[in-house]
Amino acid sequence: MNVLTDNFSTYWEGFLGTVELTVYGSVLALALGFLMASFRVAPVGSLRVFGTVWVTVLRNTPLTLLFFAVLLGLPRFGLVLPFTVFAVLALGCYTSAFICEALRSGINTVPKGQGEAARSLGMTFGQTLSAVVLPQAFRSVIPPVGSTLIALAKNSAIAGAFSVTELLGTYKTMSELGYNIVWTFVWIALGYLVITLAISALFHVLERTWGVAR
Amino acid sequence: MAVDPLIELQGVNKYYGELHVLRDIDLTVGRGEVVVVIGPSGSGKSTLCRTINRLETIESGTITLDGQPLPAEGKALARLRAEVGMVFQSFNLFAHKTVLQNVSLAQVKVRKSKKDDADRHSRELLQRVGLLAHAAKYPAQLSGGQQQRVAIARALAMDPKAMLFDEPTSALDPEMINEVLEVMRQLARDGMTMVVVTHEMGFARASANRVVFMADGRIVEDRAPEDFFTHPRSERAKDFLSKILKH
Ligand SMILES: Nc1ncnc2c1ncn2[C@@H]1O[C@H](COP(=O)(O)OP(=O)(O)O)[C@@H](O)[C@H]1O
Ligand SMILES: [Mg+2]
Repeated sequence: MNVLTDNFSTYWEGFLGTVELTVYGSVLALALGFLMASFRVAPVGSLRVFGTVWVTVLRNTPLTLLFFAVLLGLPRFGLVLPFTVFAVLALGCYTSAFICEALRSGINTVPKGQGEAARSLGMTFGQTLSAVVLPQAFRSVIPPVGSTLIALAKNSAIAGAFSVTELLGTYKTMSELGYNIVWTFVWIALGYLVITLAISALFHVLERTWGVAR
Repeated sequence: MAVDPLIELQGVNKYYGELHVLRDIDLTVGRGEVVVVIGPSGSGKSTLCRTINRLETIESGTITLDGQPLPAEGKALARLRAEVGMVFQSFNLFAHKTVLQNVSLAQVKVRKSKKDDADRHSRELLQRVGLLAHAAKYPAQLSGGQQQRVAIARALAMDPKAMLFDEPTSALDPEMINEVLEVMRQLARDGMTMVVVTHEMGFARASANRVVFMADGRIVEDRAPEDFFTHPRSERAKDFLSKILKH
């Protein structure tokens, strides 16, 4: 039981590490996912192809393999960055494929006539998407985007295997010190729960505030 | 009427895959003219409307608006679309915006008007279609007839050179049809150039300069309304008129 109090600073560092990976990974995933979703519905063929390839490759690659590719591959091309940054890149790119598909399915729930009306008024593709289609798609994409970001929080545990400080990795230190492995894992699980419940709560609020229009 | 062509289609062909939907369409609409398009379902009337502001691409032929060929893509196409208002069968008001925002949105985004100026203009237009009192409501709170009048005001807000109507009253309950037709009749009287797909013969007789009858992707007849309704020349038109006149 005193595994937590004795090792609080290790545990806390790990917790913050996971929060950091989750927050930066989410921001990157949302930005890239948004960009790729726009590509996939764009009137320009080459952009659609790029978006489709991006999603297909990243969604079908095991995340661990992607971590290997980024952490071991990129330095070969002379790109040397802190491991945490590499981990954020791997997590963010991977998750962006799922965000993109959630956004795209939301876009598809908006009746075609909405976009046609906007275009017939002379609005450009970007204006149509940002002022008419996405605001209406937004509501239906809140729950799936929330689930995707919760998955990202949990997937961040893989980074621990690549010597990035995060929550799951703290079990090694604590078990080496001879603490009960069961209690160690209970506390770690609780740490993840705090993070995922926080994400859930945030998306719950978003859904409630954005659900009222109409 | 002296013909000063505003919309010109020459040899327009359009396919959906194998389906040849528009066949060698030649059509000229003069400035200030009102052309009613009628024909059986599936004859290509909607497609014709949609090609005029390039919501659909064409495989061959040319379409010019006010002497300018339709640009293929991008900003130039968007600018041209703003010159041609379109009113849809299903209204297509922006569901997440109020009536006033619906009318103002494109003025701000496309014409780069200041929000206050746009709203003032929108209120004038809403007044004109009799809906100023509903400016703060959302589309879902309005009847079909009211929504369609807002849609007309929204299209007019761009000060278009021409207006396209694709069966604007077909989705409406009978008692609401007239309020929409009245707005359209007034537009016609004000000299707006209009292409109207409709089976409302009262409107065609009272307001149209010409009736274009389409069947199987072709223009079969193109004549003065009274002539067409009383003495259709083609078998297709006779057959079609006998069917709709029964109702
Ligand atoms: N997006 C589309 N894809 C494939 N076929 C279409 C599409 N839109 C219309 N069509 C077909 O084109 C023909 C003409 O359609 P349309 O222009 O809507 O006719 P109308 O408005 O006269 O009823 C119909 O046979 C219809 O099924
Ligand atoms: Mg139609």
